[in-house]
Amino acid sequence: MTIRLGGIIAGLAITAVLVLWSLLPGAYNYAFGPAPEQQPSYAFYEHGEGPAGGFSFDGAFGKWDYAQLQRGYQVYKEVCAACHSLKFVSFRNLRQLGYTEAEVAAEAATWTIPGIDPTTGDQTTNPGKPTDAFPPVYYSGQGNPPDLSLITKARHDGSNYVYALLTGYGEPDPAKAAKVGFEVPDGLYFNKHFPNVNIAMPQPLSDGQVTYADGTESSVAQMSKDVAAFLTWTAEPSLVERRQTGWFVLGFLLFATTLAFLSYKQIWAGLKPKKK
Amino acid sequence: MATDTAATTEVSAAEEGVRRRDWIHIAALGTAGVGGASVLFPLISQMAPSQDVLAASTTEVDVGAIQPGQSIKATFRKQPLFVKRLTAEEIAKAKADDGAAMRDPAKLADRTKAGHEDVLVTMGVCTHLGCVPLGAAEGESKGEFGGYFCPCHGSHYDVAGRIRKGPAPLNLKVPEYTFTSDTVIRVG
Amino acid sequence: MSFAWAKQYEPQTALTKWLDEKLPLPRLVYNAVGAGYPVPRNLNYMWNFGVLAGFFLVVQIVTGVVLAMHYAANQTVAFATVEHIMRDVNYGWMLRYAHANGASFFFIVIYLHIFRGFYYSSYKAPREMIWLLGVVIFLLMMATAFMGYVLPWGQMSFWGAQVITGLFSAIPLVGESLQVWLLGGFSPGNAALNRFFSLHFLLPFVIAGVVILHIWALHIPGSSNPTGVEVKQESDTVPFHPYYTAKDGFGLGVVLILFTAMVFFLPNALGHPDNYIEANPLSTPAHIVPEWYFWPFYAILRAFTGDLSIPFTGIVLIPAKLLGVIAMFGSILLWFILPWLDKSPVRSGHYRPMFRKFFWFGLIPCMIALFVCGGAPAEEPYVVISQIATAYYFLHFLVILPIISQIEVPKPLPFSITDAVLGQDKAAEAPRTGSVDGGDTGTAPEGSLQPAE
Repeated sequence: MTIRLGGIIAGLAITAVLVLWSLLPGAYNYAFGPAPEQQPSYAFYEHGEGPAGGFSFDGAFGKWDYAQLQRGYQVYKEVCAACHSLKFVSFRNLRQLGYTEAEVAAEAATWTIPGIDPTTGDQTTNPGKPTDAFPPVYYSGQGNPPDLSLITKARHDGSNYVYALLTGYGEPDPAKAAKVGFEVPDGLYFNKHFPNVNIAMPQPLSDGQVTYADGTESSVAQMSKDVAAFLTWTAEPSLVERRQTGWFVLGFLLFATTLAFLSYKQIWAGLKPKKK
Repeated sequence: MATDTAATTEVSAAEEGVRRRDWIHIAALGTAGVGGASVLFPLISQMAPSQDVLAASTTEVDVGAIQPGQSIKATFRKQPLFVKRLTAEEIAKAKADDGAAMRDPAKLADRTKAGHEDVLVTMGVCTHLGCVPLGAAEGESKGEFGGYFCPCHGSHYDVAGRIRKGPAPLNLKVPEYTFTSDTVIRVG
Repeated sequence: MSFAWAKQYEPQTALTKWLDEKLPLPRLVYNAVGAGYPVPRNLNYMWNFGVLAGFFLVVQIVTGVVLAMHYAANQTVAFATVEHIMRDVNYGWMLRYAHANGASFFFIVIYLHIFRGFYYSSYKAPREMIWLLGVVIFLLMMATAFMGYVLPWGQMSFWGAQVITGLFSAIPLVGESLQVWLLGGFSPGNAALNRFFSLHFLLPFVIAGVVILHIWALHIPGSSNPTGVEVKQESDTVPFHPYYTAKDGFGLGVVLILFTAMVFFLPNALGHPDNYIEANPLSTPAHIVPEWYFWPFYAILRAFTGDLSIPFTGIVLIPAKLLGVIAMFGSILLWFILPWLDKSPVRSGHYRPMFRKFFWFGLIPCMIALFVCGGAPAEEPYVVISQIATAYYFLHFLVILPIISQIEVPKPLPFSITDAVLGQDKAAEAPRTGSVDGGDTGTAPEGSLQPAE
C-alpha cells in the first residue's frame, strides 16, 4: 500500500512538473510565440533523385556494371583525386573491377605514394604497388574535402546523393533570391541538392572533361552516374557477394523453418484442443 | 524425439504414421545441424590470413649491392629473409660438402638459381623452433660450418644454409623466388 | 522446485550413469529445458521470445569475440580496423553486420518479451524475482549496447559518448567530475574508448550470469501462461522437450529469416550514416540520435524543456537537464517496483477489461509516440507530443495501474489451464471451493499462486 501510494504521488508530481513547467509554456510558445526563423537558403533546397533508370546494383538482385565502375574509377582518378583521398581502398582491390593483375600493377605505378628512403631516411615518393592504399591528398585550399572511401555509406541514400550532388550545380533563381534576400556566400557555390545549398566544392565536372577509353559520351550526368557507382563500390565492395550469399542463406532458412514447422505441428498434433 | 513423449498424446498412430513423423523430425534436426555447421565456416575462416596480409606476401629485394661474403636481412611475410652473396671459396666449400653426410641432404645447386650460384636466399628462421640464426650481420658468430648459427638451441648451418649440427631437423628454407632482373629478386 | 509429476532423468548408458554421479550436467539440462520441466500447455507465440533473447545473446557473444580478434581500441586506428574487418578479413563484413544487427534484434525480442510481461502481468507474485532480474538484464544490455556503439569511433560513436556521459554531469555537485571520471578525460578519447571496449567485452558475460539466475528463478514457480491461472494438475502441462523445443525451433527459424534478411540485404538500415564518418571532435553532426532502441527513453530525456522554478521569482529548484535525466532513469527504474504497484490478483490482460483498454489504447500508442519523437529532431510538434506521451508513461505505471487494480472487476477466469484449452476439465466437475472461482470476487485463489509441491 505504501508503495502504491508513493507511486501515485510520485507519478502525479512528475506529471505536474512536466505539464506545468515544460508542456504548457512550450505549447503556448508554439501556438502564440514567434515562428522559428527560417534560413533563406532552405527555400532553394530540392531533394535530389538518383539517375534516371537507377543503378545496375539497385535492388536485391542488382549486379555491378564493371565497365561503369572502370569509367567511374577514371573519373575519380582524373577529377576527384585532386582533392579527395580514398584511403581505405588499395590498388589491389581494383582487381575486383575486372582489371588483370598486370593492369593493376601498371595502374598502381601511375600513382605516387609517399614513403621513406631506406638509405637516407628522407621523405620521398615511390610509384604505387598493388598492395598500397590510395595515397593521402594534401589539400591546400579552403575547406576540408572528405575522404571518399565511405562517402556513399556516410550519406543517406548515398549513391543517389552523390549523383544528385554532382548534377545539382547551377544558379539560384534571381527573382526568388532577391525576394528572400538570399546570396551565395563568398567562396561557396550554389548546389540545390546540398543540404544548405552552399557548398565549398566548385562544380567539378563539365561535359567532355574525361575521355572515356570505351568511347562512352562523357556528359556530366554520365560521369556523375559512373563515379557514384564507383564510390558505391569503394564503400561496400562486398555488396553483390553479400546479396548472393543472402539469397542462399534465406533459401536454406525457409527450407529449414518449413521442416521445423512440420515437426512442431507433428509433435503437438496429439495435444490439439478439441473445442466443442 | 516424438515417440518418447507418447504418454501425453492421445494419438495411437499406426506404424506408418510413426515412421513418417520420425522422418520429419530427423530431417528438421539434420537441417538445423547443417545450418549450425555452416555457421562455423565464416567463424573459422575469419582467423585465416586476411586479404591485405595475403596481398603483401611478395617482397622485392635488390641484391646487386651485396658484396661477396656479405649478407643482408630483408623481410618476407614479416619474417626475416637472408640474402647472402657467396665468395668463390665458400662456393667451392659448399660444393665439396654436397656429398657429405647431412641430416637433410641437398646440393648447393638446388638451393640457388642457375646463373646466380653466388646468391643464396633463405628464410632467417631456424627450422628447430623458429629463432633467428646469427651469421647474417657483420661480426656475428657463423657457427662451426661458417654459415649460420642459431643461439637458442645450438643449431649450426653451413655456408649453403644446410643443417650440419644441432637439433634443427631441416635446412634453412629457401622460399620461392625469381630474378626479375640481374640484380633484383622477387620473393613469393 | 518442480511439479510432482515432472519426469525424472534416468541415465541409460554406463557413461551417462557415471557422469550423473560425478557431474549431473545432463540432469541439469534435462530439468531446465528438457523433458523434466513441465510447462503450461497453453503458451502462445509471445512466450517464444525468452529463448530467442538467449539465442541473440549467444550470437552477440560469438560474433563479438571474433570481431575483437581484429579490432583495436585506439582512437587513431579504431575506425580503420573496423574498415579492415569490412574489407580484408574473411567474412568480416558478415560478422560485423551480424553483430550490429544482432544488437537490434536482441532489443526487438527483449522488448517483445518485456511487453508480453506487461500484458500478462508476468511480474506478479510469485514471479517478482524473475522480473527484477529481467530489469537488471535490460539495464546491463543498455549499457553494453551504448558502449559497443562507441567502438567503431564514427561521428555518432563519439558524440553519443559525449552526450550520454554528459547526462551524468546533470547530477548536482559531483556531476562534472563524474563525467570526467567516466571518460578519463575532458572529452571522449583513448581512455574512454579503451575502457568502453573492456567493459563491452565483460558485460555480456555478466548478462549471461544474470540470465542463468533469471532462468533459475523461473524454475521455482514455473512459467506463467496466457490465462494467468496457475498450474494445478498434470494435464495443465506438457514437458518442455519436445513440445516447446519444437515450438521454439520454429520461432527461431522465423526470426532468423528476418534477421538474415536484414544482415544480407539492409545491413545499414538500422544504423546511422554519420557513423561511417570518422570521429571528429571539432564538428558535431547536425542531428544526433542514439540507436533506435534508445529512442523512447531519449524522448523522455528531452521532454523536460523547462526548469522547475518558483514562478515570478526566477529561482530554479531543479534545472531541466536534471529533470530529464531523473525521468529517463526513473522510467526504467520504476519497473523495479511494478510488482507492488499493480496489485490486481488477476494476471492476464485477457481477463482485465480496464487494464486491457489502458494497455492497447494507452501504453502502446504512448510507446510508439515516444519512439517516433526520440528519433525525430527536437522541433515542434515532436516536443509537445513527447511531453504528452512522457506524462502518460508515468501516469500509466504509477497512477493508473495502482488505481485500476483496486476498482476493476475482472472477467471470470477459467477453472484451470486444461479447462481453458479443452473447454472442459474433469477436475472442475468436482465441487468447487469458493476461492477457486476468482472471477466474481476479483480475488484469485491463494492456492493457485503456489506451484504444486
